[in-house]
Amino acid sequence: MVPDRVNRDEKLPMLKLTLVQYGILVMMLVLTAGLWRLQVLGGDSWRMLAEQNRIRKVPVLAARGKLLDRDGRLLVDNYPSVSCFLVREQNRNIDNDLPLIAKGLNLDLEQLRATLHRYRLAPGYQPIPIKQDISPDEQAFIEAHRNELPELETIDEERRLYPRDGFAAHLIGYVGEVSEEMLNNSAYAYYEPGDVVGMAGVEKTYDELLRGQDGSMDVIVDSHGREVGRRGIQLATPGQDLKLTIDNDVQRAAELALGDANGAVVAMDPRNGEILALVSHPSYDPNAFAVRIGRAEWSKLVTDPNHPLMNKAIQDQLAPGSTFKIIMSVAGLQEGVVQNMHVNCAGGGSFYGHFFKCDKHHGVLGVEQAIPLSCDTFFYAVAERLGIDTIAKYATQLGIGSKTGIDLPNEMAGIMPSTQWKMKNYHEKWYAGEAISVGIGQGAVAVTPLQLVRALSGIASNGHLVRPHVVDPGQLKPEFRQAVLDSFPGMGDRQVALNSDTWMTATEGMAAATTTGTAAAAHLDGIDFAGKTGTAQVVGGGDTHTKGGARTPNAWFVGMVPRRNPEFAVVVLQEHGDWGAGSAKLAAQVVTAYVNKKRKQENNLLLQADKTPKPVEMGAVWSTPESVTGGNGAGVGGGRFEVASDSRPVRAVSGPAAGPRFAYPLATIKDAAKIEKVMGHPKNPQVPEKGPEKPDVIARAAVLPERYRGVVSGGGR
Amino acid sequence: MRRYLSFRDFDWPLLGMVLLLCTVSVFEIYSATLHTKYEHFHTKQLYWICGGIVLMFVMSKVDYHRLLDFVWWVYGFCLLSLVAVKLVGTKVLGARRWIKLGPMHFQPSEWVKLVLIVMVAHYFANLGGRRLTWGDIFKAIGLVGIPMLLVLLQPDLGTALTYTPILLAGLFLGGIHWKQAAILGAVGLVMVVGAWSSGKVLKPYQKARLTSFLNPDNDPKGSGYQIRQSLIAVGSGGVWGKGAEQGSQTQGDFLPIPHADFIFAAFSEEHGFTGAFLVLLLYFVILMRLIQNAQTAADMSGSLLVMGVVAVLTFQIAVNVGMVIGFMPVTGIPLPLMSYGGSSVLFTFLALGVVMNVRMRRFVN
Repeated sequence: MVPDRVNRDEKLPMLKLTLVQYGILVMMLVLTAGLWRLQVLGGDSWRMLAEQNRIRKVPVLAARGKLLDRDGRLLVDNYPSVSCFLVREQNRNIDNDLPLIAKGLNLDLEQLRATLHRYRLAPGYQPIPIKQDISPDEQAFIEAHRNELPELETIDEERRLYPRDGFAAHLIGYVGEVSEEMLNNSAYAYYEPGDVVGMAGVEKTYDELLRGQDGSMDVIVDSHGREVGRRGIQLATPGQDLKLTIDNDVQRAAELALGDANGAVVAMDPRNGEILALVSHPSYDPNAFAVRIGRAEWSKLVTDPNHPLMNKAIQDQLAPGSTFKIIMSVAGLQEGVVQNMHVNCAGGGSFYGHFFKCDKHHGVLGVEQAIPLSCDTFFYAVAERLGIDTIAKYATQLGIGSKTGIDLPNEMAGIMPSTQWKMKNYHEKWYAGEAISVGIGQGAVAVTPLQLVRALSGIASNGHLVRPHVVDPGQLKPEFRQAVLDSFPGMGDRQVALNSDTWMTATEGMAAATTTGTAAAAHLDGIDFAGKTGTAQVVGGGDTHTKGGARTPNAWFVGMVPRRNPEFAVVVLQEHGDWGAGSAKLAAQVVTAYVNKKRKQENNLLLQADKTPKPVEMGAVWSTPESVTGGNGAGVGGGRFEVASDSRPVRAVSGPAAGPRFAYPLATIKDAAKIEKVMGHPKNPQVPEKGPEKPDVIARAAVLPERYRGVVSGGGR
Repeated sequence: MRRYLSFRDFDWPLLGMVLLLCTVSVFEIYSATLHTKYEHFHTKQLYWICGGIVLMFVMSKVDYHRLLDFVWWVYGFCLLSLVAVKLVGTKVLGARRWIKLGPMHFQPSEWVKLVLIVMVAHYFANLGGRRLTWGDIFKAIGLVGIPMLLVLLQPDLGTALTYTPILLAGLFLGGIHWKQAAILGAVGLVMVVGAWSSGKVLKPYQKARLTSFLNPDNDPKGSGYQIRQSLIAVGSGGVWGKGAEQGSQTQGDFLPIPHADFIFAAFSEEHGFTGAFLVLLLYFVILMRLIQNAQTAADMSGSLLVMGVVAVLTFQIAVNVGMVIGFMPVTGIPLPLMSYGGSSVLFTFLALGVVMNVRMRRFVN
């Protein structure tokens, strides 16, 4: 090895080394200046960015309030479900992941892209809902791809569980994701994209109460979106549970009665306007809306000629047919023209040069027969005598042509024609002959089933008309109660002054209808059931009585129990149901269900006892355990007590002032062994040593022999 | 000659400062790798440092003149090892930089740095400080350029770039005339611009990486991501920092490789401007101390050796810290004495060993 020897003589010039030192100094100053600029001058804005980096706002979703029927039975519940969201604030281009996401979550890729496109202008921190109610498989997919797809986020939420088969669907309504149009509407300012909002029925009307208040929390994440911690958790306030006025049993009877027929049933308490049942057929499954409804399913619902989404009970405006004759009778009686009017029905009659048909030859009859027999000729004559404006005056007073103000969205007002109405809408004069067909509830007059039942039961209640409602206002805050009234304007409660003979005649007529009249087939033994049938011809329809055909008349029946001051009224509408007598039979089923339930409740002593707990006096002997008395046999005592309905002695009536340590009711002394078994033997140290003021070891109803139970829970009424 | 040698002449203050920096480094690596898969890297770093100190002492014992005398052999061996890497090296992330020997991985390009320092010192010392001819200059460029090209082919742009300050320091201290320097600079500029705009030398993604530091917000999720996260980390540290193990950028894994290339960002986030400034000050004092050693060196070759070390360290500090605070592109150059990494630690300590070597022999000639 020949080393290449290095030169050892020269020295480096010091000047150059000094220059290098200054160069390094300048470099250090530049770096320090850079640090100063970032950390001292710009610290706050960078700190904010650092926070945004790691904090992700996640909503804590509030459970929606449950819906209960009037007896507190659950109608609408929630169930836990998981939704998938896409978070965009990650440092990655999501577009490349979309095919994998679509595959894993069983989504349509194009639809997913469209969803993202819709949210392109939303702020970056806002998660995009991409699939609701994901399956366990899809959840597993998200978990397994935490690293590849950190942008996927799941949120636990409570989802609506509605009754099956569209039970009470129109009444309850449904919820759905808030739409873009709604978000642009100031009325929905509360909502953010992805929120669930009530779309129909009670869900919509009472949305503000049901929705509760979402909470939120900051989830601290790392750069992969993995959660490392939480802070600032604001819990959600669950929505208010609402008790509806609906009676599940009546609703069920109404649903069953209507069966497959198209139409509506409304049952109401005419005394206070509580809706006990509200059915509209065909129905739909609100559960399909709870998860976002598919396009095909939606268009099927919208284009169905039977209008499943329409709440026919409050939105279907149809000719009332013969049910209108009750209103005609009221108008005629109030005007004093009908009382002594007798008309000879010869299968019809001529008015204004036209022959108007009746379906039978009724002969000579007065109003008392004309109502139950539903004689058209008689009411043609009444209409001729009264004229349209007098009819309209009374019909309008009774609520025809104006909304009832029920607390459900999109109620229709119906139509009550008059000269003024025709001039306003058609700019034409009213021809007197047009009033004739109005006399039997045909022509331009149109009502909703709810209007009709309210009007007729109002007449039976001596002119007391009520505002129907499906939610008991007692559970609402006063300001919200007022808000509901304001947002559903209608006639509300109203007293229409009726003469007593008007009231008597109309109600007797309806009672006769279900005994000897058109609805005799729906007669109910032992129930004071009154009502009026209606067979309303449809536009373009003739006398073709083919049930269900497009030209077949609509069948109506309005019934109530009892005939005067009814506590229960029901309307049945069968679209193209042919004869009103058929509807009467359906109404009778609903009435029967209601009456049977009522009677069962009245005969149930235990139920009554709960309402009126009243102490009952009874005697008792007891023994004090030997361990306490020292075994001298002085531990036996006796006395009389007042026992509450839950078998708890409330007061000693007589006996030693030193209260019993253990007291057994007299009635059960022979079952002492049994009591010991239940309560524990007196010698058993497990027996709670309680003072005399709380001798709750006394036998409860459970250990009382059967025959004494009634005594204990007694009271009664 | 040997009797003059004593560890009393060892640069103890320098070693103290270096070890202080190493301590800071170990703590920061501990903090930055907490709860990650690199959790125990701070102990590994400790082993590397101990190994480095041993190597430093060994290196300081061999007379640097012997190193200079035999540098051609070592230089030749280095070129061979670089060729070998290209042929049989282990491929990591698309680049062949490592040679596997048993359980260890070696990155020859790191050692080449040291050899080039010795080579350049040898070359210019032998020119004796006379006015450089163009021939001298081109020979020097060739000496550094050949290994640099081999490293560029791996490809490892960052390490290749660290060779240039060795050449520049040699030329400057070796006596280049300012006119020659101006011409060289102009030619270099033209070549760089030409290479940039021709589009053949650098691929578009490489260009994007090199320019994204100017505007990291243009592509905050792509090429600008690292620099942006680094700026957020440093900036959010503020004056006093968030505290050890408290940096959200560091702990949340937003900061890329916070224990290696971006350790200064992690440190600045957790210890603020105060901590970062103190570390820079420490670097400054260390560099000044090194230059002082160059001034007191017994001969030109010793001074050149020390200044070569100074050049490499200064370059790495400037580029790394500059990158962290957004003044420089992301090039993957570690921060000496701070960043985790065996090759880097061992190189630095070997280089310091050379400096100690020169210092211990300052009165010997």
